Amino acid sequence: MHQRSRFDSVREFIVEKTVLLSGLASIVFVLLIFVFLLKEGLRTFGIVSLEDFLLGRKWYPISSPPKFGILPLIGGTLAVTVGATLLSVPFGIASAFYIAEVAGPRMKEMLKTGIELLAAIPSVVIGFLGMVIVAPFIGDLFDLPTGQTALSGAVMLSLMAMPTIVSIAEDAITAIPGKYREAALALGATRWEYICRIAVRAAAPGIVAAVMLGIGRVIGETMAVMMITGNSAQIPHSLLQPVRTMTATIAAEMGETVPGGDHYAALFAIGLVLFVITFFVNLVADVFLHKDRGTVQ
Amino acid sequence: MQFRISVGGLCALFVVCATGWLVGCSRPTSSPGEGPGTSGVLSPGIIQVKGSDTVVNLGQAWAEAFSQRTGTQVAVTGGGSGTGIAALINGTCDIAESSRKMEPDEYELAKKNGVDPREFTVALDGIAVVVHPSNPVEKLTLEQLSDIFTGKIRSWKELGGFDSQIVILSREVNSGTHVYLKEHVLCRGNKECDAEFAESALLMPSSQSIAEEVAQNPKAIGYYGMGYISPKQKSVAVAESSEGPFAKPTIEDVVSGKYSISRPLLFYTNGEASGAVKQYIDFVLSEEGQKIVSEQDFVPAPPGKPSEAS
Repeated sequence: MHQRSRFDSVREFIVEKTVLLSGLASIVFVLLIFVFLLKEGLRTFGIVSLEDFLLGRKWYPISSPPKFGILPLIGGTLAVTVGATLLSVPFGIASAFYIAEVAGPRMKEMLKTGIELLAAIPSVVIGFLGMVIVAPFIGDLFDLPTGQTALSGAVMLSLMAMPTIVSIAEDAITAIPGKYREAALALGATRWEYICRIAVRAAAPGIVAAVMLGIGRVIGETMAVMMITGNSAQIPHSLLQPVRTMTATIAAEMGETVPGGDHYAALFAIGLVLFVITFFVNLVADVFLHKDRGTVQ
Repeated sequence: MQFRISVGGLCALFVVCATGWLVGCSRPTSSPGEGPGTSGVLSPGIIQVKGSDTVVNLGQAWAEAFSQRTGTQVAVTGGGSGTGIAALINGTCDIAESSRKMEPDEYELAKKNGVDPREFTVALDGIAVVVHPSNPVEKLTLEQLSDIFTGKIRSWKELGGFDSQIVILSREVNSGTHVYLKEHVLCRGNKECDAEFAESALLMPSSQSIAEEVAQNPKAIGYYGMGYISPKQKSVAVAESSEGPFAKPTIEDVVSGKYSISRPLLFYTNGEASGAVKQYIDFVLSEEGQKIVSEQDFVPAPPGKPSEAS
């Protein structure tokens, strides 16, 4: 009896520490990645100043001397992200409300499964569809010299952001306490009035978090944008121009660089900029998610 | 009971992960110890070939013929000449296929990593400048090409074509074809020149994607190795100056030098090739290997002269 309990406590100890280690692992990895990015990327600023890097208008990494200005790349990422957000947010939130508040149980199951399936499509497949169908269509529709534009990228990326936005927003709406709805309906509000006056406000923090996480998904996407946005490093003036995003630049050029070279360092510096951007996007989402928990309790 | 099983499973998983990680870590430290130039291949039984997208189809044809004859597997991947050379320098491939010569700083880096690159000319390639078949423009001078790709000429009208914008298609910067065009067409061989592809140029990830875009876009102009020419695109006749002679990228005109945008396709190995790698290169340079070159619409390497140079 005594032996057994001692065995139990040893086992308890091992299991507890293993689980703790697993929990800490993700934080350690994030820190290591950040340190590695800093180590490789910061060297860039010995070659170009931070200002020339962030605000330089020309990206010609293999010319001599090379020009490492990432403003066109930031512009490209922004154009695609803003476009995808504008497309996916209204549809995503409307669909979340439909699933949470309006749809019957069978419809709800069907829609949720469908949206999960959308999330499961590999991005290279989305990119391929975009290249073969959407880009030529957009080129014809707007009579453009080429259909490989920021808009084509935005349309395809909005598909990829939708599942994130819908499922998180739907969770937030479902988490609204039932008494809100009961009170609203008891006071004579219609279902529509409940949704657009009360549910939207009560779930607002969760919805903002959903949008931010959707944006995070779009900023980080690489394969699909590389295949359909044309990849020309120019500062975009409209969504109907070819653009080059930061992620596509890293993916397209990393294979060519020589480890330790200037170009290599510059690509890591782009990675650093991306890391900082997504960190802030996630931070905002997190702040709102915590606020959400506050209101629900 | 269930709890105990899951704990056991968790511990087992942890142990498996940990050993996997340790083994994975120790492997790379042991392999550089073998040193450069030692015979044979990186992974037993498979020759790793990596590099130029221009050569990748030809490389695959060689690989298939070679493995049919000898049973040795050859894995061919594309990605661009720079990718292949970087892989050779990092010791992750046996042969780098390249459509450009290695740069001096690449030689330096190779030396630093203990890699001693040897060069083999395995074929010649003309770079075709292609437009949509409906495009009335038939011939261009090198100067006009330079002006098109740098963005000085913006409309097809200036060249006798339709009144529409020119859509420039270029390869990514890791492409040997991109570098070749920049040096020999944009700069016309002048090392000091600072001409660049226009910012509005679309950088396409592969020669195939250029072929597809040109086939469907009447406003586009692009370039790729002559192996990619098909009836869906039209290759433009090119001349050094407006007096001509204008020539299309055909095998005869590339060999005679009449078609001026052409270059050697190269293999790089680490040190003197030996074992399976040497066997493969010998095969590629043999009559049979060079026949495959013609079948794939490239130009056989000039015979007679020693294939090796460094």
